[in-house]
Amino acid sequence: MAQTVPSGDNTLLRDAIPVRKIGRVERFLGPENYRIMQGLMKTPASITGFSLVLLFVLIAVFAPLIVPPVGKDPYSIPRDGFKSDPQPMGTEWKRNVPDKPFWFAITGQEKWTHIFGTSEGQYDIFYGIIWGTRTAFYAGLIVTISTLLLGIVYGSIAAYYGGWVDMILMRIVDVLSILPGVLAALILAAILTPLIGKSTVPVMVALIAFGWMGYSRFIRADILSVRERDYILAARVVGVQDSRILFQHILPNAIFPTLILASMAIGDVVLSFAGLSFLGVGVEIGYADWGQLLSFARNWITSLNTYWYIIAWPGFFLVLFVMGWNLIGDALRDVLDPRMRGKT
Amino acid sequence: MPDLLLDVQGLETTFKTPDGVVHAVNGVSFTLKEGETLGVVGESGCGKSVTMHSMLRLIPTPPGKIVAGKALFFGQDLLKMTTEEIRHVRGGQIGMIFQDPMTSLNPVLTIGKQLEEPLMLHVGMSKKQAQERAAELLAMVGIPNAKDRLKDYPHQYSGGMRQRVMIAMALSCSPQILIADEPTTALDVTIQAQITDLVKRLRDEIGMSIIWITHDLGVVAGLAHRVVVMYGGFIIEESPVKELYANPTHPYTIGLLGSLPRVDEKERSRLFSIEGAPPVLYNKPTACPFAPRCKWAMERCWNENPMLEPVAPEHRVACWVDTKTGRPRS
Repeated sequence: MAQTVPSGDNTLLRDAIPVRKIGRVERFLGPENYRIMQGLMKTPASITGFSLVLLFVLIAVFAPLIVPPVGKDPYSIPRDGFKSDPQPMGTEWKRNVPDKPFWFAITGQEKWTHIFGTSEGQYDIFYGIIWGTRTAFYAGLIVTISTLLLGIVYGSIAAYYGGWVDMILMRIVDVLSILPGVLAALILAAILTPLIGKSTVPVMVALIAFGWMGYSRFIRADILSVRERDYILAARVVGVQDSRILFQHILPNAIFPTLILASMAIGDVVLSFAGLSFLGVGVEIGYADWGQLLSFARNWITSLNTYWYIIAWPGFFLVLFVMGWNLIGDALRDVLDPRMRGKT
Repeated sequence: MPDLLLDVQGLETTFKTPDGVVHAVNGVSFTLKEGETLGVVGESGCGKSVTMHSMLRLIPTPPGKIVAGKALFFGQDLLKMTTEEIRHVRGGQIGMIFQDPMTSLNPVLTIGKQLEEPLMLHVGMSKKQAQERAAELLAMVGIPNAKDRLKDYPHQYSGGMRQRVMIAMALSCSPQILIADEPTTALDVTIQAQITDLVKRLRDEIGMSIIWITHDLGVVAGLAHRVVVMYGGFIIEESPVKELYANPTHPYTIGLLGSLPRVDEKERSRLFSIEGAPPVLYNKPTACPFAPRCKWAMERCWNENPMLEPVAPEHRVACWVDTKTGRPRS
């Protein structure tokens, strides 16, 4: 029997195994993160979500170009008179008119009209929506980041000390979680408003005060699980200090799910903020805020067949904004679901 | 006579569980001389790892508790040290490697960062010195392109390479003792051989003592000077390695050796296996813990727990039966 002498080159093997080129991005991110990124770039839900959020970011950043600010405080919606009846879309804007924006050149327009109409008290709805986008981001991000930080610090302390400290801290969380969130926030904001004065602050403080419990539970659970991993033992074996183990070794491995949770929550925070604003706590009347705009429609609920635009436009933008964040959150959850591995 | 590096006396560790107190380690005593390699063998759940973890105070307390004993390292009791002192012993003077290299490296830190950490902590090196030393260490354990590979993350290393990194990390501060907790169990056979060879080579170069925990008697045969066999949280046989293989005395050791396949066997026969599983000790045993699985068990085995008794020079066994004759030992 003739034996083939191995030639030493691996042509056979090379042809048999399909080779996948690894790009720079994949090498940098590692296979797992690259897979997540790929998944996010391919899912229709996440593309829609990211596009919506990007659109709102652009609106917020370029608000002064879209509608040039009127008066000293750009966040107070300019009023075209004091009549109580809302004016229909396309009515001419007579008093407190903004400067001409760049896009008049494109549309060939000469004068400002109330694009989305005016609300009760002649507040311009279009102006309120554009500048209100900034309020939405401002409130949403500040509340989410603060609750996240608070929850992480609190949960880490509970997990790190363990024993009765953990017991007491987490029971406090349980008690706070029983309270219905928005209602509790409403009461706290109503108490705070006369003390601090009407602004975005009381509502944000109230939402932070009742919004961090979920994060603390999440981070605590993840720290407790990561703490038992072999590499933590390995770090202890080489004599790393406890505090360093917590911050360098445990937290970076435990924090990811909590961050995902936070990204999903931004939409909800903005919704709660608008809800409280609609109920009349928080910002002063006329402040550019979507909830505020919606609250102007309260007195006209019975005649919405005529004045539909006073609720439809702010509501539409609010829904789009919340949907954008929720779609991102959903897509992240799908991509991170272990059962979905290899399918995206 | 070489000095005693480590002298563990009557170590006892318990764990509080919802079902009761588990006596995981029951009065274990052993010694380690300078330059010596001690093999610790036994099934899973025999208290091998818990003994080592107790010694370095790595068991979580609660639920774990070191009830009694001493662990003298250079004459100093590890169990009585302050947290700060023991922290410097760990890594600085006693290194440890683990069973599963896939999970023993932190996935979010680079290999370099993890190697530099003990160097900066214990030797007091600057960041730059530590980086250079880390590259040397990687090269020492046989990883090519060491300097570039410091920037890699653990997921870019294979299992064998990660175990090499673990060894480099354990040896980074030139410890006197290396505790290897089943370092080859999770690796395939060729890599196992490479890792054992690497440890052997490093032992000869650096001259540290090794405690090698394993359930593979084949690995121990080629590596250890002395072997300790553990069962149910007790040491049941202790002997120089040659004597143990030539003359296994405890029924459990005989069973373990009988379960090994042999190359020189002419006829194919079934491997011997010991029936049952090691006990979970909710009460401090008053009988020989191996009695339920022992074919030599007599009445005395059920009533009294045997102590280690010498049967040959340096060879001690805890058994009431003389397994050569099958009669009670006098």
